[in-house]
Amino acid sequence: MEPLKNISCGCTAGEIHHTAVHRQQSINTPWIWAAIVFAVLLWITIYRQLNPFADFVTYSIFKLSPKSPLGEAVRFFIYDTPKVMMLLTLIVYGIGVLRSFFTPERTRMILAGKREYLGNILAAILGTVTPFCSCSAVPLFIGFVTAGVPLGVTFSFLIAAPMVNEVALILLYGLLGWKVAVLYCITGLLIAIIAGWIFGRLKLENHIEGWVREMHISTSEVTGERLTWAERFEHGKAAVIDIVRKVWIYVVAGIAVGAGIHGYVPEGFMASIMGKAAWWSVPTAVVIGIPMYSNAAGIVPVIQALLDKGAALGTVLAFMMSVIALSLPEIVILRKILKPRLIVTFIAVVGSGILFVGYLFNIII
Amino acid sequence: MNIKVLGPGCKKCIETEKIIKNAIKEAGVDAVVEKVSDIQEIAKHGVFSTPAVIIDGQIKCTGKAPGKKVVLGWLK
Repeated sequence: MEPLKNISCGCTAGEIHHTAVHRQQSINTPWIWAAIVFAVLLWITIYRQLNPFADFVTYSIFKLSPKSPLGEAVRFFIYDTPKVMMLLTLIVYGIGVLRSFFTPERTRMILAGKREYLGNILAAILGTVTPFCSCSAVPLFIGFVTAGVPLGVTFSFLIAAPMVNEVALILLYGLLGWKVAVLYCITGLLIAIIAGWIFGRLKLENHIEGWVREMHISTSEVTGERLTWAERFEHGKAAVIDIVRKVWIYVVAGIAVGAGIHGYVPEGFMASIMGKAAWWSVPTAVVIGIPMYSNAAGIVPVIQALLDKGAALGTVLAFMMSVIALSLPEIVILRKILKPRLIVTFIAVVGSGILFVGYLFNIII
Repeated sequence: MNIKVLGPGCKKCIETEKIIKNAIKEAGVDAVVEKVSDIQEIAKHGVFSTPAVIIDGQIKCTGKAPGKKVVLGWLK
């Protein structure tokens, strides 16, 4: 968990690779496509070998027994670490390229003047794909509100952006399968849409700090440069370097903790405290999760291990969502533009949404 | 030349400032670099994704750290 004193966001200088872009432009685009197809094929080939590789290293080289706790922990670590890192690289690259099609300016233009319902849905979806760094959240909020984006729609955007996180999505897919990943994605979007809609209904416009409402922003027009494919691929590369450099340590640490739980915590141990029968476990998970602030990358491997030992899916997902979607640093930043009552409402609405998802999963699965 | 770097002070903004200063040195132009980190001030400039660079009142880029080559182009 990161110390809370660090309120400035973790964005690193991700897009300073323009010198490389200029060099790339001389290379023909077909060659880049060919290189990408080759890289993906190579990726698939290696990915398929990970399971036998982990078996080989654990049981033949380290000579550990498949039944022993140490053997299970070591195999878990050797298999999951490269698997998660490979998934991370591939998906972050793809999303990096996808994000080059979206800018906060364009998103604002799309959302301006949109009504509720459709606006909330669009905002939630755009929130997941528009690249912006969390320290931009406040200027972005002001930019949206002054452009005539309804408050509720703005909130849908701000809730979805951290809630539906690509790293969490990859890890859930890699470690728990596509069903859980899809459920996470859909419920995350739904919370953002519905919470934003409720905000719109509450008519809380006068709980924004006065100076924000008095601000009249002339729309800043940055000449919209059209990117070439080579530049978009360069965006993908920059995203991979940026994110992998930032999260690899959390991934490895998370998998190590997961491996420990996997090997040593007795089967069904978590069932009593985080199982379906314990009704209080969902609210407890949310209350513990809200002030916590961690990378999605670190939390998912731990979650997988907890699930293995009998924790209920809903409880665990609720915990994860409250850790990544609501955090103390974010609340401190939002406090600059929102009055305390609106902040409390914000936490309450999003928290209830997460709570609901937690119970829902525990009931249906 | 008056150059403003807008950003609340995350790594990207610091990086941007560094790139700009290096570019100024390299181009040998006479320019004043001003760091704007107050959210209210940033918003007043009509910018809502940071870091952003404003040269002589004209917004040059928002939401990313510009490359050095690009910055050199602005300084000419």
